[in-house]
Amino acid sequence: MDALLLSIRLALIVSAILFALGLPLAYWLTYSRWPGKFIVEAIVALPLVLPPTVLGFYLLVAMGSRGALGRFWQAAFGHGLAFTFTGLVIASVLYSLPFAVQPLAGSFESVDRKLLDASAVLSAGRLRTFLRVILPLSIPGMITALVLTFAHTLGEFGVVLMVGGNLSGATRTVSIDIYDHVQAMEYGDANRTALGLLIFSFVVLSIVYGVNRRLGRRTWAPWPAR
Amino acid sequence: MMFRFVRRRVVVAALAAAVALFLPAQLGRSAQQQKLRIAAAADLQFAMADLSGQYEKQTGTATDITYGSSGNFFTQIQNGAPFDLFFSADTDYPEKLDAAGLTEPGSLNKYAVGRIVIWVPTESKIDVARQKWDSLLQAGVQKIAVANPQHAPYGRAAVEALKRAGIYDQVQSRLVYGENISQAAQFVQSGNAQVGIIALSLALSPAMKDGKRWGIPAEDYSAIEQGAVILKNSQNKDAARKFLEFVKSGSGRAILARFGFAIPGGAEKSAR
Repeated sequence: MDALLLSIRLALIVSAILFALGLPLAYWLTYSRWPGKFIVEAIVALPLVLPPTVLGFYLLVAMGSRGALGRFWQAAFGHGLAFTFTGLVIASVLYSLPFAVQPLAGSFESVDRKLLDASAVLSAGRLRTFLRVILPLSIPGMITALVLTFAHTLGEFGVVLMVGGNLSGATRTVSIDIYDHVQAMEYGDANRTALGLLIFSFVVLSIVYGVNRRLGRRTWAPWPAR
Repeated sequence: MMFRFVRRRVVVAALAAAVALFLPAQLGRSAQQQKLRIAAAADLQFAMADLSGQYEKQTGTATDITYGSSGNFFTQIQNGAPFDLFFSADTDYPEKLDAAGLTEPGSLNKYAVGRIVIWVPTESKIDVARQKWDSLLQAGVQKIAVANPQHAPYGRAAVEALKRAGIYDQVQSRLVYGENISQAAQFVQSGNAQVGIIALSLALSPAMKDGKRWGIPAEDYSAIEQGAVILKNSQNKDAARKFLEFVKSGSGRAILARFGFAIPGGAEKSAR
């Protein structure tokens, strides 16, 4: 139970952070004309192709007591960063970054440019256009980004194992908990936890995609579909 | 209108996230300070549970045990993992930590000597006690589970014994490596590997004691002397010391003996 709550808490926090970070990044990726944009796109997409152990290894070294980030954290806050919940949050934010940014960027991309031109002609600044035109039309993309980030963080294993240290109450997420039970040959417990997570994830995804479909079909209406 | 619809929901989500962020962190944190954090090698999966359970009954000190491969703990501790005690499955890793100045000086203690056995599930047709090393060469044996010799002391012992018995080359292609000795045991217990070379302590555990085993002769591998050490950045050194004393006391040793551990003969502290 502890582990499940910890995992959900981690997933919620990471989703919220990535939503806040992902919006400006996705906006920049969609509308910027900087020639070096492809480099940023590649960096954002890296966690998609890298095995979790690669990211986990570098994060462990960076956040550990001998790494640059770890030492800075120790000096600033009086305790380490690796093997803490905060360290997990940072690791998860990096690891789930493409799952937030790519759906958002894709959604922004599909907004008809003529609408943006019309908004500009009507003297709306870029922020106003973003908030009043682009965002409402990108609700399906935003929901997808949130759900994917949430689900991906919930299911994280490799990075958590390397950076977390499997400390109960702080970094023993549900995926690690299941792994622990299997190693201890407590198959009953493993099954219960795994099944609980499966059902929870399925219910969350069903609700979100169900709602998303209703919203998606009426994106141009002034009122949300009832 | 649409905008207000979106904004309201974003605000609610942000508030929910903020609540989720701060509340449970405060609730959970103080409870963690009191517990003794132990990093235990995977072969102690069941023995340590018994030891800490008994200790908690006697003294009321709760423990928080994380099991894994000794090599992994070594790396994590080097990078600042917040454990109080490290029970390794060898003495190399604690000695290296000592040399790196990451331990409480003088706290290195050999607490047990481990043994390896060849193990098969009850249903297996292989009679390990009679066939001994030949069990590994039987026709039906497609996979042999051992712990990863790169970082697991029991894996190293298994490979060493295989080489001394002269059959390593024949079986090497069929070895499957568990990330630690527990995972190796789980491979063979679940039937995914037909035979395994596992720790005696795991073979004697409730989950596996019904299986068939053959104790590999001690001459075939270097003694698996297991050392424990108190870590330098522990916040709980007194409690750690007391637990270590308990493990080496009569009742602690009785529990270890139940899992097939021998008591290290001679010097209690590392001679080096």
